[in-house]
Amino acid sequence: MERKIRVLIAKPGLDGHDRGAKLIARALRDAGMEVIYTGLRQTPQMITTAALQEDVDVVGLSILSGAHMTLVPRVVESLKEAGLGDVAVFVGGIIPEEDWLALQEMGVRAVYGPGTTTQQVIDDVRKLVSGQAEE
Amino acid sequence: MRGTVDVQGVLAGNRRTLARALTEVENDSLAGRGALDALFPHSGKAHLVGVTGSPGAGKSSLVNQMTRLLRNPLEGEPRKVAIVAVDPSSPFTGGAILGDRIRMRDIADDPGVFIRSMASRGHLGGIARTTSALVRVLDAAGFDLILIETVGAGQSEVDIARLAHTTIVVEAPGMGDDIQAIKAGILEIADILVVNKADHPLADNTLRALSASLEFARPGQVAAIDRFHHKELAFEPVKLDQKEIESTNEHWTPPVLKTVSTEGVGIENVVEAIGKHAAFLRTHNQWQLRDAARLQEELNELLMAAFAAEWRKQVDQSRIEAVLGEMLERKISPQGAAIKLLSA
Repeated sequence: MERKIRVLIAKPGLDGHDRGAKLIARALRDAGMEVIYTGLRQTPQMITTAALQEDVDVVGLSILSGAHMTLVPRVVESLKEAGLGDVAVFVGGIIPEEDWLALQEMGVRAVYGPGTTTQQVIDDVRKLVSGQAEE
Repeated sequence: MRGTVDVQGVLAGNRRTLARALTEVENDSLAGRGALDALFPHSGKAHLVGVTGSPGAGKSSLVNQMTRLLRNPLEGEPRKVAIVAVDPSSPFTGGAILGDRIRMRDIADDPGVFIRSMASRGHLGGIARTTSALVRVLDAAGFDLILIETVGAGQSEVDIARLAHTTIVVEAPGMGDDIQAIKAGILEIADILVVNKADHPLADNTLRALSASLEFARPGQVAAIDRFHHKELAFEPVKLDQKEIESTNEHWTPPVLKTVSTEGVGIENVVEAIGKHAAFLRTHNQWQLRDAARLQEELNELLMAAFAAEWRKQVDQSRIEAVLGEMLERKISPQGAAIKLLSA
């Protein structure tokens, strides 16, 4: 059987707006992927546990609260500690462009702001996963 | 590394290794098949509990609350719990949203709990084709109790009753009249019936309708032995001696229980009923009977698939095309076509 791409879409932190996260989840579903959606207010530990148990290829974080510079490094660290350093992480939401580079230096593979097309995210996720397969 | 399974790691309780093994088994890869073979002798210990019911009835919330209680029991040791939650795949794109974890946040960080979501991947019947294989891996990995949550099921998604020792059917109030309650299918497979959302004004009506339908059914209840051996197999199933058959004839009357799973109300009764049902199955030989029926049916399916694959190797493609052509032109019936293809 062909291997399905499995993606975890998670919302760390306290903001309660998950429209963007659901939109991305839905778009990835329509692209044939299996999307684990865990809902609002996830701690870095919860995200890591879900990524580990579900054996996902990619983790997408949706953050609209402005706390990305605090939350993202915690999630990335937590994933590494659990031996999930090879799981690709992308971040979407309201992320000022001046933070993009810093996030990428933390190990985030892609950052998406408002106006990103869902096709862009789908293409990137596919690329990230085929990159992993070659490693 | 993808494409390999560390069986010793799975048996030793390494969670990362287990998660990877589940992926290989779910994808039915060579590594996954090898792992299943190696893990099989270590399986057969866990109590498999199915949770089914219509979409939105509250299956995930109930699983969440039951797991909380199993992890923090009023008496006795906490049980190690694994959860396999199945959600539907899109029939058009093959994609899926697996959202059962949303309702399970209370147990998400508990090291004694392992939650795995899976997509149905085109399989009808309420669970995925490889759900039973995933359950077997979790069983071998040492979980005491495995909760299997089906896709939101309607009336005929009854595969879960073949897989599980105990099947819980969750109903929400206001979902149809008493005729629904006596139709064949999902209610027949219930070992435990739960009326969730019991704070709803119609809950007592639902409870009465279900209880009445059970009383109605009891005199003619199908004996356990027939229930599991009605399917025709490619081989003669293992014979049971008369004493074994008699001991399985004892009937279990499914309790009808009220819960409000979002509030944790009534959960202790459900967990208690699960324990009682397991004890009942063990005292009346039905635990072994269900295991034997399940394994024989699994062998049967594998044999059928192997026969088909073997036949495909032998048959001439041009011959298939010729017969297909005749059938599509309605010169011969599908039945005639099958006979023609099989007569070499």
